[in-house]
Amino acid sequence: MKQQHKKSKVVSFNKWGYIFLIPFVVVYLVFSFVPLVSTIYYSFFEKYRVGVIEVGPNWIWFDNYKTLLTNGDLITYTTNTLVMWIIGFIPQLLVSLLLGSWFSDTRLRIKGSAFFKTVIYLPNLIMASAFAMLFFTLFSDGGPINAMLQSIGLQNPEVPYKWLQHVWSARGIVGFLNFLMWFGNTTILLMAGMMGIDPSLFEAAEVDGANATQVFWKITLPLLRPILVFVLITSLVGGIQMFDVPQILTNGTGDPMRSSMTLIMYLNKHLFSKNYGMAGALSVVLFIITGILSLLVYKVSTSKD
Amino acid sequence: MANNSSMQLQVDKEKVTGGIKARRFVAYVVLIFFTILCLFWFYILFINATRTNSALKQGFTLIPGGNAWNNWSNLVHGTMPIWNGLFNSFIIAGLSAALSTYFSAVTAYAIHVYNFKLRNIFFTFVLMIMTIPTQVTALGFVRLVTNMKLEDNFIPLIIPAIAAPTVFFYMKQYMDSALPIEIVEAARIDGSGEIRTFNQIVLPILKPAIAVQMIFAFVASWNNYFTPALILHKDKLKTLPILIAQLRSADWLKFDMGQVYMMIAFSILPVIVVYLLLSRFIVQGIALGSVKG
Repeated sequence: MKQQHKKSKVVSFNKWGYIFLIPFVVVYLVFSFVPLVSTIYYSFFEKYRVGVIEVGPNWIWFDNYKTLLTNGDLITYTTNTLVMWIIGFIPQLLVSLLLGSWFSDTRLRIKGSAFFKTVIYLPNLIMASAFAMLFFTLFSDGGPINAMLQSIGLQNPEVPYKWLQHVWSARGIVGFLNFLMWFGNTTILLMAGMMGIDPSLFEAAEVDGANATQVFWKITLPLLRPILVFVLITSLVGGIQMFDVPQILTNGTGDPMRSSMTLIMYLNKHLFSKNYGMAGALSVVLFIITGILSLLVYKVSTSKD
Repeated sequence: MANNSSMQLQVDKEKVTGGIKARRFVAYVVLIFFTILCLFWFYILFINATRTNSALKQGFTLIPGGNAWNNWSNLVHGTMPIWNGLFNSFIIAGLSAALSTYFSAVTAYAIHVYNFKLRNIFFTFVLMIMTIPTQVTALGFVRLVTNMKLEDNFIPLIIPAIAAPTVFFYMKQYMDSALPIEIVEAARIDGSGEIRTFNQIVLPILKPAIAVQMIFAFVASWNNYFTPALILHKDKLKTLPILIAQLRSADWLKFDMGQVYMMIAFSILPVIVVYLLLSRFIVQGIALGSVKG
């Protein structure tokens, strides 16, 4: 009887759960859900502008998707995005694993680890567009990087290297900037994961005579797998969003020869030229890809390993 | 025999400590390398911001020049509305951060304290949409903002911060570890209403989490380029990242490079200062919200 009484009182409080949810739900519906639905809706229309002439809106079913999937641009820009992501991600993962294992190694006792962590995380907070603009000036033809290479005799002052006019140096700079901005973040995530591993496992390995390398490959890495998967997928989702750095670095052109044009730069181009049909179709494709990746993140972060 | 094996152990131990010393040395060398790799660019930036255009064209030096004040006054009196940009960035980032943390705490509180029917469905849904980027709905967002006549207005850049799944998730994690339900029940027995309980009793408990997330939300909004560039077209309303992009798209060879470096330094300095003051809390906060607790 008493139990019953308590329960009914709890129920009367529980309506407050809905009340407290109102701000989030209303804002989400208006600014995320409605835009999503209208994005999907626009993807079925022919609607663009040529000069001052407006074409459409005409309902054209899946023609935008057909164009998107057959004209080859999507493949090119997906490849560019993935290539630049990989250039940044692989060194990021290796360096983060190394530094994370050092920071979390209690026997190593790194002094000043708070200082090092502070410094390597700093680039993550810097405005990506300002960082890209900085690299643009540093790597310009008469910029400090070429000047330095010339002063140590690695470059002929008569022929400065044009970093942003070669495919792989342009992509390399984008990848390097991504690496620089994110390896501190990944290091701290992996370190937290490594510190969560039961220390008795390391002690047992030590008693059995395993060296640091064996401990890393046989204990740390396998137990870190869920976090590694989390880092991999969230980084990939971040990679798909790559925009600020290549946009500013190449002034939105994706040069040389569109080799550093990313998917979001492509979307941005359609948005600015008001080609809403194509922008819609591209958005829907990106929504499906990131939606699947988000489900994977959800699976990884909620699974009981 | 016993003697022999104890000697063997002694040798092993020496080997291990020697190994640790060598590894520690390698670790320090590598860490210093990455420290330099992270700071080098900012060092060049601040050095170059103090040099004249002609000195910059002649080459590179590690010693600061004496032209900082001139570059600064040229920048301030130039065509870039940098004070407007700074002000706009501050307003948008400050209000987004405040709304985002407060309402994420409200939302997390709803899930944490009350046991209503749609609770689990809501929580699962938010977790699933957490990593879907805002860019994929940008088209619909821009159309909505245009239809609401909110172009060249800060509202569409501030209000959406109320629904921030990642901040919500962090707050929920924090409540799981720091907010026992008994506190809320005790407040009820004392006759405190639900909203008052949240604002006067729960919020102070959440202070550390709110501080960390305020910083992250502020920085994210401060650095955001994609969305503001779609919404803000009037020069007076532009934020700093848009001005940087403008600097890039202008015919930059005609520019005074000292001024360009000064502009970049100007736009990242506020975040660097805040970070240096609060880095301890920030670095601790990174891992907490992102991986399962």
